[in-house]
Parts: sequence; C-alpha cells; structure tokens
Amino acid sequence: MTTDFQLPAIDYQAISPLLILFGVACLGVLVEAFVPRPARRRVQLGMALVGVLAALGAVVLLAGTNVVTAGGSVTVDGPALFMQGALLAFGVVALLLIGERRVEPGGAFVAQPAITVGSEADQRQASAPGATEVFPLAMFSLGGMALFIAASDLLTMFIALELLSLPLYLMCALARRHRLISQEAAVKYFLLGAYASGFFLFGVVLAYGYAGSVDLAAIHAAVDTSQMNPALLYAALALIVMGLLFKTAAAPFHVWAPDVYQGAPTPITAFMAACTKVAAFGALLRVTYVAFERLAWDWLPVIGVIAVLTMLVGAVLAVTQTDLKRLLAYSSIANAGFVLVGVLAVGRTGASSAMFYLVAYGFAVLGAFAVISLVRDREGETTHLSRWAGLGRRSPLVAGVFTVVMLALAGIPLTGGFTAKFAVFSAALEVGEGWLVIAGVVSSVIIAFPYLRVVVMMWLSEPSESTATMVAPGLLTGTALGIGALAVVGLGVVPGPVLDLAHDAALFLR
Amino acid sequence: MEGYLGSYATLGLLLLAGVLFLAAAFGANRLLRPARPANPPGKTEAYECGLDPVGGDWAQAQIRYYVYAYLFVIFAVEAVFLFPWAVIYADPGFGIAAVVEMGIFVGVLALGILYAWRRRVLRWT
Amino acid sequence: MSELSEASGLLGYVWLLVAIPAASAAVLLLAGRRADRWGHLLGCASVGAAFLLGLGMFGQLADLDEHRRAVEQQLWTFLAVGDLRVDFGLLFDPLAAVFVLLITGVGFLIHVYAVGYLAHAPHDQTHESAGTARRRFFGYFNLFVAAMLVLVLGNNYLLLYVGWEGVGLASYLLIAFWFSRPAAATAGKKAFLMNRVGDAGFILAIFLLFAQVGTVQFSGVFAGVAGMSSTVLLVLGLLLLLGATGKSGQFPLQAWLPDAMEGPTPVSALIHAATMVTAGVYLIARSHPIFSANLTLQTVVVSVGAATLLIGAIIGCAKDDIKRVLAWSTVSQIGYMFLAVGLGGVAYALGLIHLLAHGFFKAGLFLGAGSVMRGMDDQVDIRRFGGLWRFLPITWATFGLAWLAIIGIPPLSGFFSKDPIIAAAFDRPGWTGWLFGGAALLGAGLTAFYMTRLFVLTFHGPKRWTEGQRPHESPPVMTIPLILLAVGTVAAGWLMSTSVVDWLTPVFGEAPEPHGLLSHGQVTALTMAVVVIGGVGGWAMFRNGTALAPAPAGPVVTAARANLYGDAVNAALFEKPGRWLTRALVYVDNKGIDGIVNGLAAAVGGGSARIRRLQTGFVRSYAMSMLLGALLIVGAFVAVQAGWFA
Repeated sequence: MTTDFQLPAIDYQAISPLLILFGVACLGVLVEAFVPRPARRRVQLGMALVGVLAALGAVVLLAGTNVVTAGGSVTVDGPALFMQGALLAFGVVALLLIGERRVEPGGAFVAQPAITVGSEADQRQASAPGATEVFPLAMFSLGGMALFIAASDLLTMFIALELLSLPLYLMCALARRHRLISQEAAVKYFLLGAYASGFFLFGVVLAYGYAGSVDLAAIHAAVDTSQMNPALLYAALALIVMGLLFKTAAAPFHVWAPDVYQGAPTPITAFMAACTKVAAFGALLRVTYVAFERLAWDWLPVIGVIAVLTMLVGAVLAVTQTDLKRLLAYSSIANAGFVLVGVLAVGRTGASSAMFYLVAYGFAVLGAFAVISLVRDREGETTHLSRWAGLGRRSPLVAGVFTVVMLALAGIPLTGGFTAKFAVFSAALEVGEGWLVIAGVVSSVIIAFPYLRVVVMMWLSEPSESTATMVAPGLLTGTALGIGALAVVGLGVVPGPVLDLAHDAALFLR
Repeated sequence: MEGYLGSYATLGLLLLAGVLFLAAAFGANRLLRPARPANPPGKTEAYECGLDPVGGDWAQAQIRYYVYAYLFVIFAVEAVFLFPWAVIYADPGFGIAAVVEMGIFVGVLALGILYAWRRRVLRWT
Repeated sequence: MSELSEASGLLGYVWLLVAIPAASAAVLLLAGRRADRWGHLLGCASVGAAFLLGLGMFGQLADLDEHRRAVEQQLWTFLAVGDLRVDFGLLFDPLAAVFVLLITGVGFLIHVYAVGYLAHAPHDQTHESAGTARRRFFGYFNLFVAAMLVLVLGNNYLLLYVGWEGVGLASYLLIAFWFSRPAAATAGKKAFLMNRVGDAGFILAIFLLFAQVGTVQFSGVFAGVAGMSSTVLLVLGLLLLLGATGKSGQFPLQAWLPDAMEGPTPVSALIHAATMVTAGVYLIARSHPIFSANLTLQTVVVSVGAATLLIGAIIGCAKDDIKRVLAWSTVSQIGYMFLAVGLGGVAYALGLIHLLAHGFFKAGLFLGAGSVMRGMDDQVDIRRFGGLWRFLPITWATFGLAWLAIIGIPPLSGFFSKDPIIAAAFDRPGWTGWLFGGAALLGAGLTAFYMTRLFVLTFHGPKRWTEGQRPHESPPVMTIPLILLAVGTVAAGWLMSTSVVDWLTPVFGEAPEPHGLLSHGQVTALTMAVVVIGGVGGWAMFRNGTALAPAPAGPVVTAARANLYGDAVNAALFEKPGRWLTRALVYVDNKGIDGIVNGLAAAVGGGSARIRRLQTGFVRSYAMSMLLGALLIVGAFVAVQAGWFA
C-alpha cells in the first residue's frame, strides 16, 4: 500500500471551459427532470447558449496559457485553446440550429425516437413538441470534444472520444421526419464507431506496451529510449491514427459519413460536420505532433497516400450525388483530405494552416446546412437536387447565402475556402510536399463542379411545380445563416487576423 | 529497392502482385467456365437436401428493456469504482478530497437515476 | 520593370477605379426595388466615372518620367502564412493603364447600348418586373467591370487570380440572365469545364512561383526569374499558358468560347469578345519576363497562336449564325494576339495594339449584330438576311467600317495592328519565320473571306427574310455607341501604331532592329494582295445570296448566266477544298477536342458512378473496408518500418 500518495494538482482555471460545459450538461439533465415541459426548451436553449458562450469567454481569457494539468492528463496550450475556441463558436451556431422551432412545428427532433415508426403512438407524436434532451446531449458531446482536443494522454483521449461519440449516436436517431433512415444512420454510426474505437483502444494498448505509459510526452521520449520491438510502436501508431481518421471521415474510413450525414437530423449533421471535424483533427494533430513527431519521416508517406485518396474519393464521388446532404458528406470527406495536407506539412505553419482550414470550413458548412434545413415541402426537408431548381428566383436572399457558401467550399477567391486552401497548400509546398499539392489542386478542380452545379440549378433553372419552398428563416436560423455568411466572406477578404491568431497558437506543449 | 520510399515500393509491388494474381485467377475462371452454367431448380437454395429453411433469422427484443440496460450500466460503473475506492480512501494522503471527489462522481451518476425516475421510465406500463 | 514613382495627385486614388463600379454593383444588387427606376443610370454613370478617372490618371502617368512611369498602392496584407506574405496592392503602369481605358471605355459604351437593348429584349423572367431584371443585369455588369479591373490592376499573381475568377463568375451570372435554351445550359457546362482546367494550371503556376521564389508579387517574381532553371521556367510558363488558353479560348481549349455565344445577347457575348477573353493575353504580356527568358516557351506560345488563328478563321467560314461567325473570328483574332506576344520583344506591344483595335472593331461588330437581330426579330441566321443596308443605314455604315477594319484595309485600325504582327512573324529567323508568317498571312486572307461573306450576306444581295419581317433601325441610345465605336475604329489604329509602342516601352523594353526574311514593305504588299483576293472572292461568291434561301424567280436566270464561269472556278478552287477543310476541322473540333474534354468529364463521372457502388449501405461491407484499410496501414507501417522489405 502506497502511503506517499499526492493528490494531482488541478489548475481549475485552465480547465474552466471544460468544467462549465460539463456543469451545464449536468444541469440540463436536472432541467429535464424537474422543469415543466412547456418551459423546458426555452430554459435548455438559454442555458446551453449561456454555457457555451461562457466557456468561449473562459477560453478567450485563457489565451496564452501553457500548462499541463490534472495529473498530466489535460494540456492547455495554444492549439488546444484555438481549436476549443473554434469548436465553441461552431457550437453556438449549431445550438441555434438545434433550437429552431419556427421552421418545423415542434422542432427538428422527435419526442420518443424509440417508438415504432408508423405505429399509432408514432402518429400521435408527429405533431408533439420534440425532445429537449438534445441540449444536454449536445453539451456533453461538446464537452467531450473540448476534452478530446486537450487530452494529453491516450486514456483521457479515449474517454473523451467515447464521451463525444455516444451522444452523437443518440442525436442521429432523433429526426422528426424520415425517421427510418435516421434510425438506420444512428445504428450504423454506432456500430462502426464502436468498431473504430476498438482499433483505437488496441493502439493505445500497444503504445503502452512499447512505452510503458499512455502519456503522449512519455511516448515521445520512449521512441528513442525504449528497448521494445519497434513493430509495437508502429502498429500502435497505425491503429491510433486509424481510430482518429475514422472520426475525421478520411478514406478508407469514410464509408459511414454519407449514410450518417444524410440520415441524421440536419442540425445534428451540421454539428457533426463542423464540431466533430475540429475535435478529431485537434486530437490527430496532437497525437502526430506530440507523441509521434520523431516518426514523421515514417508516417508522412502513408498518411500522405491516405490524404490523396481522401481528397480524390470525396471529390470524385461528390460528382454523381443527387442528394444535397450526401453531396455535403462527400465534400466533408474531401475537405478532411485538404486538412490532412496541412497536418502533413509537419511544423508550425502546417498546424496553423490546418487549424485555419478547420475554422473556414466549419463556418461554411454550418451555413450550408442552415440553408438545407429551410428548403422543405410537406414531407419535411427536400434534399434532392432537382427539387432545388429555380430556388434562386423564388428566394434570392437565402439562395444568395447558399451560393456564397458553395463558392467558399469550391475555393473561389475572396471567400474563406480559397484562403484556407491556399494556406494549406502553400504550407505543404514549404516543406516540399509538392505531390500533395498537385493532388489537392486536381481534386479541388473536380469538386468545384458539383458545388457549382447546385448554384447553376438554383439560379439558372426555371422553378417548376416540384420546386420546394423556402421557409422564411426564424430568428435563430437567420442568425446562424448570417454568422456563417459573414465569417465565410470575412475569412476570405481579411483573413490576416485569424491567420495570425492561428500562427501564434500553433505551438504544441509537450 | 533503396531510398526513402524504396521499401514502400516493395510493399506496393507485393500488393500489385496480389491483385494481379487474384485478377488472373478470376480471369482464367471466367475464360474457362461454361458460358451458360446449368441452373437446375434448387441450386441457389441454402440447402440442397433436407428441410427448407423456414422464416428469417430476425428476432425482436422488447425495446423497453433498454432502459434497464442503461440503469444497470449506471450501477455497474458506480460499483466498479466504488469498491477500490472503499479499500483505500481512509489511507493517509487521500483524506477529505477523495471523499468529495467520489461524492461528485456518485452525484453525476445519481443524476441519471433522477432523470429516469422523473421521466417515469422506472414504471412498467 | 521600371522604377516606381510616388503615388501623388490623382494617382493616389487608383483604388477608386475598382471601388466605384464595385460600390455601384453592391448598391444595385442590394438596394431592392427602390433602385429599379434609376439603377441602370447608376450602372452607366459608375463605369463612365471610372473611365474619366482612368483618363485623368492616364494623363498624370504620361507626365511622369519615362523610367519611373508606374505607381503602386498597398491596400492590406492579405495572407501571411509562414514565409509567404501576400500584400494586396494595385499597380498602375502603362500596361495596366491601357487595359483600364479599354475596359472602362468600351465597357461604358456597352452599358449605354444595353439600356436600349434591354428596353426591347423579350425576357422570360415571369417572377420579376422588367425594372428589377434590368437593375440586376446592370449590377452583374458592374461586378464584371470591377472584377476585370482587379485583374489588370493587381500587383501580384494572387490578386490577378482573384479578378480572374471574379470575371468568370460574373460572366456566368450574365449568361444566366437570359437563360432559357437548353443548348445554352450545355454551353455553360463546357465553358465551365474548360475554364476550370485553365484555372487549375494558373493556380498551380502560382504555387510553383511561391515554391521557387517565395513571393507572388510581380516585382519579386520577375527579379527571381534569373535564378530559375530552364526546366522550372518551362513548366511555369506552360502552366501560365494553360490558364491563358482556358480564359482566352485558345487551342486546345477553344471550343467553349463560340458555344458561350449560344448564350443570350450580343451584350454578354461581347464580354466574351472584347474584354474578358483578352485576360489571357494580359496574363502573358504581364508575365513577359518569364516568357522572354525561355525560347521553347515562346515557340509554344507562337504555335498556339498560329494554330488558333487558322482554326478560328477556317471554322468561321463554315458558320451561318451571325454571332458564331463573330465568335470564331474572336478566337482567330486572339490567336493573332497570342502569336504576337509569343514573338516577344517589341511584338508584345503589337499584340496589345491589336487587342485594343480588336476591342473597338469587335465591339462594333457585336453591337451591330445585336442591332440587326433587334431589327429582324432575333433572327441570327445570316442566310435569312440580305439587302438590309437600306433599312438599317447607320448599322450598315458602322458595321461596314468595322468589317474593313478587321480584314485590315488601310487606313482603318486593323491594318495598322495586324500588318505589323504578320511582318513580325516573318521576322523570326529560319524556317519558323516562313511557317508562322505564312500562317498569319493565310489567316488574313481567310479573315477577309469570311468577314466579307458575313457582311455581304447580311447587308447586300437579295432579301431572304422570313415572312412578315419589317427591319427597322435601332434607337439612338444604341446607334450612338455604334457611331462612337466606328469613330474609334477609324482613328485608333493609326493613333496607336505610333504612340502605343512608345508608351509601352517602359514595360517591355526597346524594340530591336528587325532582321527579317522579308522587308516590311514586301509583307504589306503580300498581305494586301491576300486580303483583296479573300475579300473579292467572298463578295463574288455571295453577292447573290446563298443556298437554302428562296431566290426570287425573275433575276435568277440572268444572275446564274452571268456567273456561270466564276462560280465554277470558285467551286473547283475554293469551295470544295475549303468545304472539305472546314468540315474536317469542325469534325475534329467536335469529336477531338470536345471529345477529350467530354471524355475527361465522363471518366470522372463514370468512375464516380462505379466507385459509388462500393457504398452499398451495408454496415458489414463498411466494416470490411475499414478493416482492409486498417490492415493496409498497419502493414505499411509495420512491414516497411520493421524492415521486412529492407
């Protein structure tokens, strides 16, 4: 029995964003239990927004902090704070979309997802107000993501991974309309997510076997000193990276993304596309830059091939999609590839360009899904491309916002998308990875086509009988749209401040 | 094979050889097999003799049990941590902080029970 | 590059050139219905103001010392990633000044003309009033002008690229404006695909520049040219050329340009003729230190130009749609410009002179074509015109001047701009001089032929109208720009051939002494001969109209009798081989070039459809693919790193 046990010192200020998020999530559960039903949504939404904004404030106040705390399991450094900030900013926008109830009476979520689809009880709940549990679930997930980015040992990282994933699986099943594919999406995501977590965990075990520790810095130290067979280390690296690449939706671990993106309720898809991507890349950056940096020479070619594959698969498959949510899913795959290019430019510039890319992409994709949630018919959202024909003539303003977002995703200059691609590609060139840049430019040429086809459909086709209607955005969705469009244009015209911020932040603490 | 990417090239060649072997085998099969294979009745059945398989392999579980599964998880997780803690919490160096931390842990889990109770999922209708 | 001067006086406000049209576009697009009544006036006024401002700055720039004739204005730092730092700034030097005047000047005239054209044009936009449509049109138009100005004023390649994409976008919006025909939709798609191929080349060139010299500012890049290896220069130049051919409709990416004319009006077609497509020429002229530094590169540019000018001219002979003939003629004339800028040295200036002259006469031709179409109920088939000179006298006169100009009859502008290019091509040493000079000469003859055919079939010969047409002249708001352009056509060539070369000397350097195969006088004589043969031949063949049109019964016999001999010669010498050649070229164009582009698109689409089948929807197959991926990664890491293959 050890008697010299020391309580680990915890820098409460450094982890205050996490504490706020988890605290609000727990409070949210209590609200579900005790606040009367009619008031719940307002209370939950208000609390969640205040919580995320408070956490964002805490992150801003922490700027410049560099500490490892909580017994070496949490690192609060530049990249962590930058990406937590981005995550929370996206979280605010996503919460606005989640909270919207004007577009669809009762909101985008169903009250009891477990009720058999099509049964009497199901028909009764069709017009009932939706589940408000989605708010605490989203808060838990956000908290998990924030921890995922800052985790400095593999075990904490794994717990954060589960913490962010489990609520996501549940939220995927909550769609009010098209409930069968929503449930299908949830089950698929859960099964494959659990499968990928298994790989990750196995990787953690092997890393422990090699280094005798799950701490990222200790693994870094052990790379040179350990007497174990290096095959353990490489297998650990491969499996851990694979588990993380699953979350980023990189090929060949992207297969879940189209089905899940299409089936999940649109606000949740937006949440996944923007926030999960940040979290997953945050963790990937930390693992590769902190624990396995000395092996960069070895993992560059392999992950490089994955990046090229991801960009090409996403871009080529996006060409034939006819469903907008699937199209954006493939676009999110291709964009994962572009971020990977930044990650592969190992160094400060690479990290900062990848982080900037995540910010630019997140705002664009949130704006895109915000618009998708507005285009509806009596059956709910209409995501088939043909139903969008001529929407530009009917609702020029919202269609204009969507056009801006599509142009940003296509990487047209003076939008955030262009600046981000430019940053990532030039970072890769700087370290001499020209082949990634060529593959990136080629796939961005290919993927521009589907994006602009949507624009062409909206503006150049005549509206027909089957054209869906655009619901006027409520205050919440309107705000989300405005933030998305402004950010996309702002990051394109004056990207300087955010680029500088990313560059200043892009030093990992080991 | 030398240089930075040399051994990757070897691996690539190996994979290529594998793919080629597979393609050659299937290609040979395609060339050699009869163009119109016989298709006697019953060939595509799961069993060519014995009983016909009846029904699907689909079994449904009552969805209400998931609540109990969740509640079990809550208690199980609690127990997993509570027992080791109980053995050492009184040792020197732990003290009041350890008690408080476990209190927070149990409190968070209790939230789940509280929620289930308030949402009336503990009642079998 | 010459030294920079202090930006003083008017020159301190270069940013206004871009800001005025951009602000006007913003007002027009965002103001809503309130601006419907005066929106088009604001649109015209903003471009007019930019033109006047440009004129003033041009004057001030001319006053500066010849070796310090350029000003630069820093706006803001756009990007600072790692070692790369891009400051957005504007560069106003003689080259940019010439383009600014062309864009705002011709742009202003098109704006004014569009006011008249829009008042008449039938448009099918059921959901909005004519005023709203007009306001939006002028909004897009101003946006286009602003983007084009960004393109020519940017002081670095990235800003050039911003304008480059901007004009592309604005031109799609403008094509979109009257979208009603399915043919136009496919044309848009082709234009998009080919432009993307070109743009990819351009952006790769920018990345390559960054990798090689660490900057994309013009000054820095040109200073770094000396340090580049010839391979790098070649690749860089070819990538830039790819971008230029995409935007300017040059071989092998020429097919989209005439198809884009399928689009709606002469107004937007003109954008594809006089302004936007010259961006490629601008890019090469701007990058002249890169192109001048590598002989192979120059030869490639010259070959592209020569090939394109012949292709455009030959296909131009075969088309019957008035706008298509003009479109192919645009392709051909830009071919001349590429030829000139490829020749290097003083020929850069010649290419730009031709560009300016072309801006005037091609604008006159397109606007004249619009005036004809307006008078003939939107008929575009030249076989259905004839004898219009009596009904549209002003259009006839202005169109005629532009026709004489484009075929190069002195003393009109085309003579002064095209003739020196042909002479310069003959100046190239060795057999290539004969080859390229001959191509340019042949092109001049063909140009004379098809343009004469166009002119004669439209304005002379028997009437071949469809029933019930009553041609009428256009209102003054349309004819006045026509007249102004005609005046420019008459005056410009002579003005420019004397002063523009001197004006551009600070940019391109002094003219070397010609050491040609033929003297300038000989070339001029040859050119004139070829042009006269082409023109007279065209007139003789088509003065009595053409097939597929009902000929009046009476005069037919006499006409046939009088022409029997001539027609037979024509048929044997020109028509049959000519027809065969044109058909072959049209075939190659449709099957070969389009085939490659369509094939690429089909390959991507087909591959996409095929790989899509892997997305079965079954979790088990997804898990399988993940497992395979994981095995491969683990295999790659462990097997390779543990040295199993070492």
